[in-house]
Amino acid sequence: MNRGGAELPACVNRAYDCGGGARGTIFSYTLVQEAAAEFVSQAPFYLALVELVGGELITAQLTDVDGGVAIGDAVEMVTRKLTTDGQRGMIVYGYKFRPVIN
Amino acid sequence: MGVSIVGVGMVPVREHWSTGLAELAAEAGTLALRDADIAQVDALYIGNAYGATYNQQTQLGSLLATEIGLPGVEAFTCEAGDASGGVALRAGYLAVASGAMRSALVIGVEKATDIVGPARWTARNVSLDAEYEAINGASLTAMAGMLMRRYMYEFGLELSQFEGFSINAHRNGSRNKFAMFRNRLRSGAFVNAPMIADPVSLFDSAPDGDGAAAVVLVNSELAADLVPKPISIRGSAVATDSLMLQDRADPLALAAVAKSTARCLDQAGLAPGELDALELHDAYTILTALSLEAIGFSDRGCGWEWAQAEGARIAPDGELPLSSFGGLKSRGNPAGASGIYQAVEAVSQLHGQAGENQVPGARHVLIQSIGGLGATVATHVLSAPPA
Repeated sequence: MNRGGAELPACVNRAYDCGGGARGTIFSYTLVQEAAAEFVSQAPFYLALVELVGGELITAQLTDVDGGVAIGDAVEMVTRKLTTDGQRGMIVYGYKFRPVIN
Repeated sequence: MGVSIVGVGMVPVREHWSTGLAELAAEAGTLALRDADIAQVDALYIGNAYGATYNQQTQLGSLLATEIGLPGVEAFTCEAGDASGGVALRAGYLAVASGAMRSALVIGVEKATDIVGPARWTARNVSLDAEYEAINGASLTAMAGMLMRRYMYEFGLELSQFEGFSINAHRNGSRNKFAMFRNRLRSGAFVNAPMIADPVSLFDSAPDGDGAAAVVLVNSELAADLVPKPISIRGSAVATDSLMLQDRADPLALAAVAKSTARCLDQAGLAPGELDALELHDAYTILTALSLEAIGFSDRGCGWEWAQAEGARIAPDGELPLSSFGGLKSRGNPAGASGIYQAVEAVSQLHGQAGENQVPGARHVLIQSIGGLGATVATHVLSAPPA
């Protein structure tokens, strides 16, 4: 498995191009209790290393988690608000992953 | 040209609310110069990680040269996240080894505790990848939590199997008046500690602290005239890996630890088994376990075994002494200073002045300073003069 290279994985770019939908499984995760100022209002939240279908790893928050999560769980990419640069600043959007609902 | 350490100085790791960044650094630097009994050096190299974001202060070279009273000297900061101290030592080593400088003062300094809580996490997160990690809410501790969880998953481990690393660190730190947290840890307390980013807890993760430590380097020919027992830097190496875990083919293998250590030991002409003690970068227990594997003291998935029996095998009188003055965990982790604290502590061991923490007959000590989770790894071997 080759996860080398610093570029955003091609499948992530593809996912953006088609409005989301990249899938993967949880390689590892943590429940972040103590967070940086930009994220403290969301804590605690799950952060994961997701192994995408193509084998690349990507660091992202998990969202829409009902109950717990486990290594190996299937997840899919969605577009979400990540943070806001204060009251007058930019709203930063990006990707998170949510459990796949079968 | 050989390089020797002829003077050391440090301040206790604390919350130094009444002392500024420059004052802390100057105190350690002045102590080291006094210890070496010299007034002037050719260069000043500073290890500092977060001056820009903790203290809104850069250009520490000029600032500290003025504060210490070294007018006009070559002086600048070396930065590599929490390995800043280690890479500053490397810079000093290279300068003197090359012959470009006859002497250098290397100071590691960090002033962390003037900001607290979420603001400090934000300030610290500049050492992560800004676009793919920090923007998603990651911190180094959260990344360490994910690394540890994956390790435990792959090798079927329980949290309790890591407690000995922290117990050993605090047992040693309790006997070190420069340590920040001198409490001992009871067996069993580790698994019940408050989580920061599970499975990494308060008792797993090294605390931020304010501190400064310094060493004076000179070429080994001069050293013999200056002090009776100069400590030689027998090996020096820095290696890097990808900044992000997600870019590593095998996140559980710390490739830069392996490379940096191999180069350093090759230069020193030593095998891992000839090292008498190690100061590893124990910011998280998982880093210690994985470092022991990368260096070659354990097979893959077995580094945790050194923590068993409350760390008896890694105590100062054990088989493989680690964190003999408390390590980052108990002495504290003043980020850019930690690598220089390790050097000062190693010198104390090699001089046989470590008191209750003395490793019997210590002749070769390896010190390792890590930025990120093995992204930058600075390794040095310090050796006592022949008896």
